Amino acid sequence: MLQFLVRRLIVAILVAATVMTLAFILTRLSGDLAISIAGPNATQADVEAVRKAYGLDRPLTVQFFDWVGRAATGDLGESYFFKTKVSKLIGERMPITITLGLTGLVIALLVSLPLGILAAVRENTALDRVVQMVALLGQAMPSFWLGLILMITLGLQLGWLPISGTGSWQHYVMPGIVLAFSAIPALTRLTRAGMIQAMGSDYIRTARAKGLSRASILLKHALRNAAIPVVAIAAVQLGFMLGGSIVIEQVFALHGVGFLAWESIGKNDFPVVQAVVLVLAVIYVALTMVADLMNAVLDPRLRGP
Amino acid sequence: MSALLEVDHLEVNFGGRVSAVRGASVTVERGETHCLVGESGCGKSVTALAVMNLLARGARRSAKRLAFEGQDLTGLSDSGMAHLRGNAMAMIFQEPMTCLNPAYTVGSQMTEVLRRHRKTTQRAATDRAADLLARVGITAPGLRLGQFPHQLSGGLRQRVMIAMALMCDPKLLIADEPTTALDVTVQAQILRLLAGLQRDLGLGMLLITHDLGIVARVGHRVSVMYAGEVVESAPTAELFANPKHPYTKGLLRCVPVPGKIRRDEPLGSIPGTVPRIGPGFEGCAFRERCDFADATCAHTIPRHAASAAHDFLCRLPA
Repeated sequence: MLQFLVRRLIVAILVAATVMTLAFILTRLSGDLAISIAGPNATQADVEAVRKAYGLDRPLTVQFFDWVGRAATGDLGESYFFKTKVSKLIGERMPITITLGLTGLVIALLVSLPLGILAAVRENTALDRVVQMVALLGQAMPSFWLGLILMITLGLQLGWLPISGTGSWQHYVMPGIVLAFSAIPALTRLTRAGMIQAMGSDYIRTARAKGLSRASILLKHALRNAAIPVVAIAAVQLGFMLGGSIVIEQVFALHGVGFLAWESIGKNDFPVVQAVVLVLAVIYVALTMVADLMNAVLDPRLRGP
Repeated sequence: MSALLEVDHLEVNFGGRVSAVRGASVTVERGETHCLVGESGCGKSVTALAVMNLLARGARRSAKRLAFEGQDLTGLSDSGMAHLRGNAMAMIFQEPMTCLNPAYTVGSQMTEVLRRHRKTTQRAATDRAADLLARVGITAPGLRLGQFPHQLSGGLRQRVMIAMALMCDPKLLIADEPTTALDVTVQAQILRLLAGLQRDLGLGMLLITHDLGIVARVGHRVSVMYAGEVVESAPTAELFANPKHPYTKGLLRCVPVPGKIRRDEPLGSIPGTVPRIGPGFEGCAFRERCDFADATCAHTIPRHAASAAHDFLCRLPA
C-alpha cells in the first residue's frame, strides 16, 4: 500500500512538472509578451522598458526556472492587470469554482446512480432504453445551450431560481445542473454496466441463496462492486468540471477561476494564465490520486495480500 | 410425516425453446444423502437451482409438486422463499473462487446470514461463525474471519462456503458439484467433511456430481439424470450392483474399478453428447446413443420398477 502511494506520488509530480513546462511554453508561444503588455500605441522604447521591468529580457530558461522556483514556494507572481498577487486572486475565486464543481458532481451522482441501477435491474426493457436514450441526449447537448434554456424556463418563466451571480446557494443550482449534465451520461452508463455485471456474478447468486433481502443484494453486494469504476470516473469528472467550468461561469456570470482564466487570456495577463493552468492541473492530478485511494478502500484486492 | 424435499415432475424451460428439465422427480428424506448424477448439461444444476428458486431470468419452472417439509414451494412468494433460503435450506456451489463477494470479509459475509434469519447480536453471530470455521477444519478461525476472499485458497473458500451454509442449522443442504473445481487431495477432504457433517447434524443432502466414485462413497440413494429426465433411481448399492438403464450401464462402464477390469481391456465411453431438447419432444432422449434402441423408442416410454425402491425409464423390461 505504501509502495503504491509512493509510486502514485512520483507520477503526480512528473505530471505537474510537465504541465508547468507546457503552460510556460504555450504562454510564450502566443507572441512577444512585452509588445502585447505595452499596448498598441507604445513606442519601441516603451516595449524595451516593459521587457526590462518584467524580466522578459532574460533567457527563457532563466525565466522558466525563476518561475518554477517561486511557484514551488507558493509565490505565483503578480498579475499585470489586477496588480495583486496571483495566489490571492485564485484563492478568492477558488471557493466559487469548487462549490460549483461539487454541486455539479453531487447532482450528477444523485441522478446517475439511481438511473444506472434502475436500468440494470430492468435490463433490456423499455425503461432501460429510455434511460440510455436520455444519457445519449445528455451527452449530445451543448452546455451553453442547456444553460440558456434553463435560464429561460426555470429562471424567467417559472421564476424558481436566480439566473446569474453568486449571492446564495440557489445561484449554484442551475449551473450545477448544467455541469452535471456533462457527467451524467458516462456515470449512468458505467453504473448500469457495473450493476449488470455484478448482478450476473456468482457472489450475487450466493447472496440470493443466503436469502438476503433484495435491497441488501442490490445495494450492499452488487452496488459495492459496481461502484468501483464509478468512483474513479466521478473523481476524474470532478477534475473536468473544475477545469471545464469556464463556459458555465461565463453563462451564469459566476466569478470563479474559470471566469478569471477567460479574463486573463483576453488581457494577456500571462502570470495568471500560467498559474490557473498549474493550479487546475495539480487539482486534477490530486483528484486522480484520490480516486485511486478510494478504489483501494472499496476493492480490498488492490490493497495487496 | 412427509419427506424433507419432494420434487415431482419438475419442468424447467428457457424462453420456451430449450427444455432443461423434463418431468424430473427426486425425493430427499431427512438425514439422507441423495446423489444426482449425469453428464454436463443433463439438467442436474438446473434442478437444484429450480428447487431453490434461483433460476436465471427467462427460465420457467413448473412442477406437479415441489415441497419442503410438506410446504408447497411453487406458490411461495419471493420473500417467503428468501426466508427459507440460507435458513432451513442452504446451497453451496461449484465455483468457490467466485462465489464469495470480493468486497467483504469472510466474517461479514458469514454473520449476515445469521443476522438475516435469526434475532442475534453481531458478537454472537461472529462467535458462531468462528465455531463453524473450526468445525469445517479451518485453523485460526479468528484470523480468517477478518480476511477477504482473495486472501484464501480455493479449498479454504469452499470450506468457508460450507460453514456459511451451516450458519442457520439448515435441514437440507444442496451441494452442486462442491469439489469439481478443487485439487484431488482437497476434494477428498471436502467430501469427508460433508459426509461427516451430514451424519453428525442429520442433514438431508442433495449432492450433485458427475463423479461416480463420490456417489459410491457418500450416497444413500442415486438418481441418474439424462437430458432433463431422471432415467433411473435406486439405493446406491443396488444401482451399482444391478443397473437397469442402458445409460446407467454406460456411465458405470466409464469408471475404472481396480480389480474389476483388466489392464488391457479398453475403458468404456458413450459416443455422442447430450442432445438439446425443445418442447414437444417424444420418446427416449438417449435413443440416438443407445445400443439397444429400436423404432419403439420414439414413442412414450414407460417407467418400470425393478424393485420397491428402484425404478427406471426404458422400454426394455426389468
